[in-house]
Amino acid sequence: MTANELQGPEPGQPAAPPVLTGAQALVRALEDLGVDVMFGIPGGGILPAYDPLYDSKVRHILMRHEQGAGHAAEGYAMSTGKVGVCMATSGPGATNLVTALGDAYMDSVPVLAITGQVASTSIGTDAFQEADIRGITFPITKHSFLITKVEDIPGAIAAGYVIAKSGRPGPVLVDIAKDALNASAPYVFPEKVQLPGYKPTVKPNNRQLKQAAAMIAEAERPVLYVGGGAVKSKAYAELAELVRLTGIPVVTTLPALNAFPASDPLNYGMPGMHGTVAAVGALQRADLIVALGARFDDRVTGKLSSFAPLAKVIHADIDPAEISKNRVADCPIVGDLKLIIAGLVEVLRETELRDLSGWIRYLDTLRERYTDDSLEPMKDGLLQPDYVIHRIGELVGPDAYFGTGVGQHQMWAAQYLPHEQPGHWFCSGGAGTMGYCVPAVVGAKVGQPDAQVWGIDGDGSFQMTDQELVTAALEGIPVKIAVINNQVLGMVRQWQTLFYGERYSNTNLHSTRVPDFVKLAEAMGAVGLRAETPEQVDEVIKQAIEINDRPVVIEFVVNKDAMVWPMVAAGTSNDDIMIARDMAPEWEQED
Amino acid sequence: MREVKTLSVLVENKTGVLARVAGLFARRGYNIESLAVGPTDKPELSRITISVLVDQLVLEQIVKQLNKLIEVIKVTELDEEHIVGRELILVKVHATHSTRGEIIDIVQLFRGKTVDVQIDTVTIEATGSPDKLEALVEMLRPYGIRELVQSGLVALGRGNTNQNHKSGLTKNN
Repeated sequence: MTANELQGPEPGQPAAPPVLTGAQALVRALEDLGVDVMFGIPGGGILPAYDPLYDSKVRHILMRHEQGAGHAAEGYAMSTGKVGVCMATSGPGATNLVTALGDAYMDSVPVLAITGQVASTSIGTDAFQEADIRGITFPITKHSFLITKVEDIPGAIAAGYVIAKSGRPGPVLVDIAKDALNASAPYVFPEKVQLPGYKPTVKPNNRQLKQAAAMIAEAERPVLYVGGGAVKSKAYAELAELVRLTGIPVVTTLPALNAFPASDPLNYGMPGMHGTVAAVGALQRADLIVALGARFDDRVTGKLSSFAPLAKVIHADIDPAEISKNRVADCPIVGDLKLIIAGLVEVLRETELRDLSGWIRYLDTLRERYTDDSLEPMKDGLLQPDYVIHRIGELVGPDAYFGTGVGQHQMWAAQYLPHEQPGHWFCSGGAGTMGYCVPAVVGAKVGQPDAQVWGIDGDGSFQMTDQELVTAALEGIPVKIAVINNQVLGMVRQWQTLFYGERYSNTNLHSTRVPDFVKLAEAMGAVGLRAETPEQVDEVIKQAIEINDRPVVIEFVVNKDAMVWPMVAAGTSNDDIMIARDMAPEWEQED
Repeated sequence: MREVKTLSVLVENKTGVLARVAGLFARRGYNIESLAVGPTDKPELSRITISVLVDQLVLEQIVKQLNKLIEVIKVTELDEEHIVGRELILVKVHATHSTRGEIIDIVQLFRGKTVDVQIDTVTIEATGSPDKLEALVEMLRPYGIRELVQSGLVALGRGNTNQNHKSGLTKNN
């Protein structure tokens, strides 16, 4: 979608525009934009908007917490590629959205958040439920509006929608004063959104494409470092064609896991803190990194000064500010990744490439040596969490959509789920928001009602937002949530094990005793299941697959001492990756 | 190498724009040396002139981040040698019958103006480059400075330079 292209109503409307209240105009603008679902909670400041919503074709899903509304909008956006819309009232309603907006900002998720504000005459007086939500969210929104005039409402909603979706996507907040919602004005839906200061560069520069192709042709050890931008741009077919044409090895970051099939022999997996030895090794030894919609995050680079010391960098991104932010690019390309990769493919068709077989053999050796397929089902009489997640992937299959919370279970899900289908994977990457899973999975299921949508959550993460299962039960959103219950804040505990002398300060949640997850699930209108042995694991997963009239929560009681490996400790070099405690991989020279 | 760089930022004249720009600097840890905001010849646009002490790579990042703000229309780096830059200063200096004449002589040397005279003080207005104003203040200091207020730098490129801004610094998001 270009910056100013709008779906809009059919042309040939009557000459005199209808006079609508601001609230009606808001709902009408959403309808005209093609919004079919939104997530929210009413309250005083936004109350006028809920009246026209009562008869609107826009489905409003009543959440239990505004953070849940925000994450549900994110999940919906991730599973559909459309803009996720959420709505909240002024003051605490709006501030409860903040975490979700921050999350969407970090992961470039297109979200339109609409908040009620106190009447314009009361703004600045510390009125009841007043919060300067626009000021609060300046650093975590792509853009924001404070609307105090009724006639500005349709334009702001349309502009917010376009800004959220176009260029580098992100969250946009439209804060509307209550008196503007109550006043009336002729409704005019803008045919075009014109913002003098907003013109995302979509088409890449040909000279830079040629320069990049020349660098690729010369490289002996090139790597495609694919990031979340590939998902946002839906550049899947182009990426597959680039790999097919060039035979260059691929590594996919956490948000990009499904952008290229994990089963492809040229996919060496996820780089970074809990990435594969082959992916980390590929970046560290590369002589050319082709970054495609990736941003050299610290979780990928490790200690930046020792990251990929031999590599030249081609950096393709739609956001020029990402280029040379962390790692200086030798060849920058700004544009939509889909067009960039298509352009590169076109130039590379005419280019002779080097034989990469030695490089591939080297990476294959690393992969073979450090891929551990023999997952133990149990240890010390308890299930192993990585085994459980692997079994979920095996039994559910690659066609399902998978979302996760944040922590150890998220990393195992990244490592062991079948990452084959583009767009079928979502989690909180940049922000690392515990509590993301349940509401995001609810939103994703709303966007993909005919698909299986699974959440892999931890007992800590789950307890932050589990009340949205009530929403799911009442609204007929049959999600499946696997709670990997290790009784502790597992990732934090892992750091305490490794870096704080096993002093487990405040990481024990005691969640094998309280809460009883099966009863909790049932109390919220979901089916509750529990597995404690490998046989039960398969049994409950199969049972959950069959239940489609209600949400399902499955508790897997697992060992708390399992750790996520490999690991690059924070602030250390990727070269110091450990495959287990005190065990470094052997880096042999390539032949 | 860190040096003082001056950016001229053309923005939409809307509420909250300055907060957005200032917030960006705060959030990303860039320290503002001087800041001036004012209207332009077009009522819908304002100009923010910002000086920062940074190295070139950081400056490029600042420019890119500023360009990402929807309400920023254009960012121009004002190169020290090709700009006309001015600050305004008001200084209230202690003056006696015997020193008042000397003070007024100094002010005239710097092409300043005496804008208020009282029995024991003289208030001086001067404009100029930051260097010139610093020199003026140093000359006045021995007489005893009672109060001083100074504006941020406002600047324009000489000739056509403001239009021919450097590549990589154009609005491009």
